[in-house]
Amino acid sequence: MLAKRIIPCLDIKDGQTVKGTNFVNLRQAGDPVELGRTYSEQGADELVFLDITASHEGRKTFTDLVKRVAANISIPFTVGGGIHELKDVDRLLSAGADKVSINSAAIKNPQLIDEIAKHFGAQVCVVAIDAKQTPQGWKCYLNGGRVETDKYLFNWAKEANERGAGEILFTSMDHDGVKTGYANNALATLSDSLSIPVIASGGAGAMEHFRDTFIEGKADAALAASVFHFGEIKIPELKLYLSEQGINVRR
Amino acid sequence: MNIAIVKYNAGNIYSVDYALKRLGVEAIITSDKEMLMKADKVIFPGVGEAETTMNFLREQKLDALIKDLKQPVLGICLGMQLMCRHSEEGNADCLGIFDIDVKKFQPTRHEDKVPHMGWNTITDTNSALFKGFDKEEFVYFVHSFYVPKNEFTAATTDYILPYSSALHKDNFYATQFHPEKSGVVGERILRNFIEL
Repeated sequence: MLAKRIIPCLDIKDGQTVKGTNFVNLRQAGDPVELGRTYSEQGADELVFLDITASHEGRKTFTDLVKRVAANISIPFTVGGGIHELKDVDRLLSAGADKVSINSAAIKNPQLIDEIAKHFGAQVCVVAIDAKQTPQGWKCYLNGGRVETDKYLFNWAKEANERGAGEILFTSMDHDGVKTGYANNALATLSDSLSIPVIASGGAGAMEHFRDTFIEGKADAALAASVFHFGEIKIPELKLYLSEQGINVRR
Repeated sequence: MNIAIVKYNAGNIYSVDYALKRLGVEAIITSDKEMLMKADKVIFPGVGEAETTMNFLREQKLDALIKDLKQPVLGICLGMQLMCRHSEEGNADCLGIFDIDVKKFQPTRHEDKVPHMGWNTITDTNSALFKGFDKEEFVYFVHSFYVPKNEFTAATTDYILPYSSALHKDNFYATQFHPEKSGVVGERILRNFIEL
């Protein structure tokens, strides 16, 4: 049976891992390659490396770091941040990334999803969506939550799916960094309406939150950062707990 | 030990090279026919689309060469599918090393998403690739087409239906999953291939 995936996310700034609360107040959390290798050895199923400053500073993603990760780590990894066009994708895949995550670029130019899927295969294209609840419903945001868009979460995720996205990585900005659990209602709606896997992001604070997002949120994978970086949750213990809860995980 | 990786218009060639380097093996990445024929072992990786890739292999005359190799050959993912007779992906005629056709997954339940992506188990392993395996192990898959069970099935995975997650016939070995991305289990499979 296909295993539910646990995915540590490493937010990168200037070659170092950082993680903020509600996308501000960044704290240092170590060397990305060392941290990634440690997670891989502990049983992480995939890794995500996000260049969090790329979007608003226009910085190109760190190809050298991607090469170092590919050389040292034997599990799949996704790279995001600073991807604007097909040649950015080509550069990152050539450097050894397995998938790319696009967020702002996809909202500004949805055709990019079609192009990535056509050139490199749907499995390469992870569409990341940052959304917040508003009186009008779940709305998508850009640039770490600073810019509101006219897109709504469920419609946009459906469109991305139809255009050829391989996975949707949904971060609830209301839940991110708060550590009270994932946005499971919205996740379940996504999972029911899409034909591609959904990765839950934002809100992990305890092991039960992972169980809940796999069961109530129907997520295919759960992503978290600070709970792993600061050792609040250890992956082997988390996987033991999840398997005891009847969830199929790789151990 | 002289290991060659077939260089063609496919992704993940460098991932395989990195994985071999982690095992202390320096491979040659080449489409040179002499070098491929002289190698002790040949790895035929692949991420891409079947028809486009087969056309490329034919143009380069690599199709006949791969079929005629006598040393151990390991096909990975699309590489494995191209070693079969025909693929529903692009209605492509393939190399025909394994006399079986590649089908597209037809999910019947919403939760059976395609591509089959992530970690799944391999069972009923019966090839030297899996020497020393004494329990079900998880390996990493990404694919939308599959090889049905057949006389060459060397490992079985159950997703939508039980299908061939590895094949073996004579000097030809193949895995649908990615050993180069399957952590320590994948490293054991690659090492088993290197030590054949």
